[in-house]
Amino acid sequence: MRWVSEFRDGSIAKLILERINELAEHECTLMEVCGTHTMAIARFGIRQVLPKSIRLVSGPGCPVCVTTQSDIDRFISIGQIDGVVLATFGDMVKVPGSKISLRDARAHGIDVRVVYSPFEAVELARQMPNRKVVFVSIGFETTTPGIALAIMQAEKERLRNFFIYPANKLVPPAMKALLSFDDVCVDGFICPGHVSTIIGTRPYEPIATDYGKPCVIAGFEPLDILQAVFMLLMQIRYGQAKVENQYRRVVRPEGNEAARKAIYEVFEPNSVEWRGLGLIECSGLKLRSKYEHFDALLNFDVQVPPTSEHPECQCGRILRGAAVPTDCPLFASACTPEHPIGPCMVSSEGACAAYFRYREVSLS
Amino acid sequence: MHELIKLVFLPAFANEMLSPLSDSAIGNFDGYKIAITTDAFVVSPIEFPGGDIGKLSVCGTVNDLSVAGARPIWLCASFIVEEGLPIETLERIANSMRHAAIEAGVSIVAGDTKVVGKGACDKLFIVTSGVGVVQADLNAKHIREGDVVIVNGYVGDHGIAVMSKREGLGFETEVESDCAPLWSLVESLLYGCKTLRCLKDPTRGGLATALHELAEAASVCIEIDEDAIPIRPSVLTACELLGIDPLYVANEGKLVAIVSRDEAEVALSIMRSHPLGKHASIIGRVIAEPKGQLVIRTTIGSRRLVEPFSGEQLPRIC
Repeated sequence: MRWVSEFRDGSIAKLILERINELAEHECTLMEVCGTHTMAIARFGIRQVLPKSIRLVSGPGCPVCVTTQSDIDRFISIGQIDGVVLATFGDMVKVPGSKISLRDARAHGIDVRVVYSPFEAVELARQMPNRKVVFVSIGFETTTPGIALAIMQAEKERLRNFFIYPANKLVPPAMKALLSFDDVCVDGFICPGHVSTIIGTRPYEPIATDYGKPCVIAGFEPLDILQAVFMLLMQIRYGQAKVENQYRRVVRPEGNEAARKAIYEVFEPNSVEWRGLGLIECSGLKLRSKYEHFDALLNFDVQVPPTSEHPECQCGRILRGAAVPTDCPLFASACTPEHPIGPCMVSSEGACAAYFRYREVSLS
Repeated sequence: MHELIKLVFLPAFANEMLSPLSDSAIGNFDGYKIAITTDAFVVSPIEFPGGDIGKLSVCGTVNDLSVAGARPIWLCASFIVEEGLPIETLERIANSMRHAAIEAGVSIVAGDTKVVGKGACDKLFIVTSGVGVVQADLNAKHIREGDVVIVNGYVGDHGIAVMSKREGLGFETEVESDCAPLWSLVESLLYGCKTLRCLKDPTRGGLATALHELAEAASVCIEIDEDAIPIRPSVLTACELLGIDPLYVANEGKLVAIVSRDEAEVALSIMRSHPLGKHASIIGRVIAEPKGQLVIRTTIGSRRLVEPFSGEQLPRIC
């Protein structure tokens, strides 16, 4: 088993597509709520091979994109404080704040280090006892356990020059929240495979039972996504709304209890702002009092002026599936990956970046 | 980086040999057609599976001359050495340069060495320049609709081999860099193939960027088949883990050849009978539209554009 190429088999894709075509009688909109799905759908050109009646839209699945402008401005300001080293995942570096991005700030002398793991940020703190290392803590349930473990490690070592800017978020509350918007119309969810590895299948149950929306947890290869579309269409055809797991080779119904334990040892849910979705109850994570000395917001006094997003930028609507990137007047003209206006164009999991990078051409 | 070249260096130095910004500059001197090129190597780490910065600095420059259809003859090498680099390391690297130069049939005829203070460079940087004698007129302008695109083997090996040894990114893989001097393979193609239009080495930016540049220069569309591109399963898996596309990963012993459809099989068999082309494969074709673009037919039958590499995906890979 190579775990990649067998899930890209063109002949099996054709068979699934035949079944999908048989089921695609009515128009329907399916939403993927994971940036990796967004990229995979674009990279493999899945929209193009699906029947025209099936519309795939992206949801709030890119952790960089849903981070608010004021959060971005605030951690850039923290980075500008003397003696601070800002450690971040690479995706954050180019995201525009109100005035500048971290990349611009780096050119002006602030110390920004790209890390691949929160443990690298802890290592930076060990190596530089005279500096204050602030890790920009973003990500959903998949990323958070590693961050929690890094904090536990820092606590064990009594590292007092390590901090996090807490901006981690939870996916299921956002899925519920977006269904309350008038401009959002979703007939079923392709649920995030990686997040589900941690949370299991149960947290999606209310979306199926209370909101009547079919949910299928899916893997990231083209056959995974096509099969998930097929499973959603079957539920829609037979008037069902339940949670199904297409990604059984990775996701267990109960999820990963040890990982969740790590998250909730360090964090507790709180209500936070999402770009495009506003304030959502219990959708973020803050440090428990036992660990709050790691909270950069409590340790650094930064005031940022109220922020405003570009008036024409559609990232907010795109993040709740009310618009697709090509609906935005700035897409691929004023806003490009080299000169991004909104975060969706610059994050490696952003919907605009996916549409821009993997533009479809006709099949002829 | 491209913007820097356009904004700063081109306006400062513009002349007709430089302006095409090709792998090698080609000029006439005293009846000879001469190719000249230079390249700076800052790869980190300086030793990696399948090669080191020394071998890379010879192969990179030799290959830039080779894909311009020029037989490499002389190289110059300049070394910027960080204080404290063990002499044994420098000896190992010099030795590996010697071997690569012998394999490529070139002599390293001039050089310079500077030692700088700790922190002023990272261990060792090498700059090589090369001179070659042009044997054939290879140019993207010769590309015609209907031509065929061939690559001489697995793509992405170099980038993944280097990444696998990066500090903080360590993952285990048996992948070795493909770093190799390509002149003898190019020479076989030049002798055996009458309609070789042009060659390109897909180094930084990978296969996608190299093919995109050719499509743009020739004002044609290049269409490739995802299923036909040779990629080792281990490279594919590493790319999936790192979230990168193998089409953008650097190669140091690969070339793409564009030949007429009639000679595609001839070119393929020449490549496959050469040690550096055993896994050569026809990966695509030249079509009319959309001009200046690279299009991929995906494994599931859709078609999409492939953009050239932009940004800082893999810093210090060569």
